[in-house]
Amino acid sequence: MLAYIIRRVLYMLPVVFGVALVTFVLFNVVGWDPASQMLGRHASKDEIEALRTQLGLNLPKWVNWEAARTQGWAHVFDSQWFMYCRQILTLDFGRSFASNQRISTLMFNGIVPSLALAVPIFFLEAIVAIVIALFAAYYRNTWFDRCVVVLCVIGMSVSYLVYILVGQYVFAYRLQWFPIWGFESVRYLILPVFVGLASGLGGEVRFYRTVMLDEMYQDYVRTAFSKGASRRVVLFKHVLKNAMIPVITHTVIAIPYLYTGNLLLETFFGIPGIGYLAVEAINSNDIPVIKATVMVGSILYVFASLVTDICYALVDPRIKLR
Amino acid sequence: MTTATLPEPVTTAAQTKAPATLWQIAWRQLRRNRMAMFCLAIIVFYAGVAAYAEWIYWSYRLRQQPPPYKAVEFENHFANPSRQHLLGTDALGRDVFLQVIQGTRVAFEVGILTSVVAIPIAVVLGAVAGYFGRKVDDAIVYVYTVFDSVPYLLFIFAVIIVFRGLLANTGGGQTLSRYFDPGVVAAALGIGLTTWVGLCRLIRGEYIKHRDRQYVLAARSLGASSLSIMFRHIFPNVMHLVIINFSLRFPGAILTEVVLSYLGVGVAGEPSWGLLISDAKIRLWQGHWYELGGATIAMFFIVLAFNLFGDALRDALDPKLRTADAKAA
Repeated sequence: MLAYIIRRVLYMLPVVFGVALVTFVLFNVVGWDPASQMLGRHASKDEIEALRTQLGLNLPKWVNWEAARTQGWAHVFDSQWFMYCRQILTLDFGRSFASNQRISTLMFNGIVPSLALAVPIFFLEAIVAIVIALFAAYYRNTWFDRCVVVLCVIGMSVSYLVYILVGQYVFAYRLQWFPIWGFESVRYLILPVFVGLASGLGGEVRFYRTVMLDEMYQDYVRTAFSKGASRRVVLFKHVLKNAMIPVITHTVIAIPYLYTGNLLLETFFGIPGIGYLAVEAINSNDIPVIKATVMVGSILYVFASLVTDICYALVDPRIKLR
Repeated sequence: MTTATLPEPVTTAAQTKAPATLWQIAWRQLRRNRMAMFCLAIIVFYAGVAAYAEWIYWSYRLRQQPPPYKAVEFENHFANPSRQHLLGTDALGRDVFLQVIQGTRVAFEVGILTSVVAIPIAVVLGAVAGYFGRKVDDAIVYVYTVFDSVPYLLFIFAVIIVFRGLLANTGGGQTLSRYFDPGVVAAALGIGLTTWVGLCRLIRGEYIKHRDRQYVLAARSLGASSLSIMFRHIFPNVMHLVIINFSLRFPGAILTEVVLSYLGVGVAGEPSWGLLISDAKIRLWQGHWYELGGATIAMFFIVLAFNLFGDALRDALDPKLRTADAKAA
């Protein structure tokens, strides 16, 4: 097991390297000069030059042969690419352009609000969706199942924005059951959590229903029923356990998205998480912050796929740990 | 449904038209599906509206006149629905109904352009990886693993930010934005460059299966080049995957475009459903729901129709991918 984990961790490294390369190429090679883009059209040459120096954009892109020749071989790494690598390794992405705060601090402060919103949505959604899907698959082709399917497709076709706008308008503004905006106590979280739950449920139920339906036609289900196992036991013990592989893939792969929280929910309900940070950064053209959120998000995603693979091995003994 | 399997053993270089039977079978099955036909009718209707809106847009643009959906009647702003303005007017007194129609055009442009960006990348990379295998395959799998590891929405933001800079500041970008709305192009590039991985994976899998089939062997022994085998012989057999992907990608692109435009990184300057919803937010709180309702309903039906039609198309075209539903029915 340990050998397997070590091998998987080693396999992660090239992927993280690749993501670093992609973001670097996107921003530093393909992209228009970030300094002038960030400062806008009316900036003076001196201002742009100062920002370029601050961001290290005056250095060569990949390898600094010039400095190596004049100042010694160690300076060969004084380039934009190696600077970026250093930032990733130390997780220190410099300062935000808009607020001049350290990006690492900004992101660190955003984690708690993001998770406070995303974790409840994540668990509630998984549990509610799996239970509904199990029953829909069990009562397949009855009016109950048909209603679930129709509601799911309808739910999937309504824009996420509409859920948020209508939810906020009806429950916070009209009925005044919840506060509209802010992040001060648990009460502020209830409405966003429910809006998030409602908007995601359609797609989730539909996905799990397909998974469960595939299981329902298996022989072991018939066997379990014919030996007299109750519906509860068959559904929640036999079927759920066998459907675990797709369920795990689907849920674990969603974990890194917890960290970006729900971009829209956070902006609408004023929850100062990482999604909020990212949206603010886009509105102010704060390229360093966007770069950092993309990079950290990808690292987390790669980690999550590692965890998925380990979970597979734990759940399904047939998977050989090679 | 045993008849819908691919007739690959008899397919030779001379008979590349053989897959046509698959299309006929699929069409017959689709036509029997009343729900799918209804959805197709909705899609055709929307496509007509989009074409009409495109015509309006270009006819006014070429004459360099302000189009009617941008006509400002400030004294008549925030008007309620009337016979003259079916959905009322917005903060500047522009007709909301005409803007909803133009929103259809923007949605279709984004949906189609996204596919134009994503599908060629996915098909070429998937075909090359699956057909050649070995090191080429390893390299391409590595590339798409990397692309798949970047969080979707953030990646779109990143691509859009970069391309916005390019479109505004480079010569080529400025020429491009003379013919297309820069917001539409940036949004389509962002969505397209981040969503090709799923299709690429599917195509690669199919090519791995097909490359050792007899018809490929026959073509090769007759001297067909790799390129011609990949795209003339194998490609018609995986074409259905592309079509399914197109119809399922479309609603996703529309929904994403709306979110992007709302956040201010997508379409700007042209009426998109996202911008309409964003404007409607304030009006909703004043108790007027027509603007939000109009954009939402317009969007809802096209996304619903594409979702349902895409599923039906998948069941008809790809019996192996059939969902348990279709098996039960």
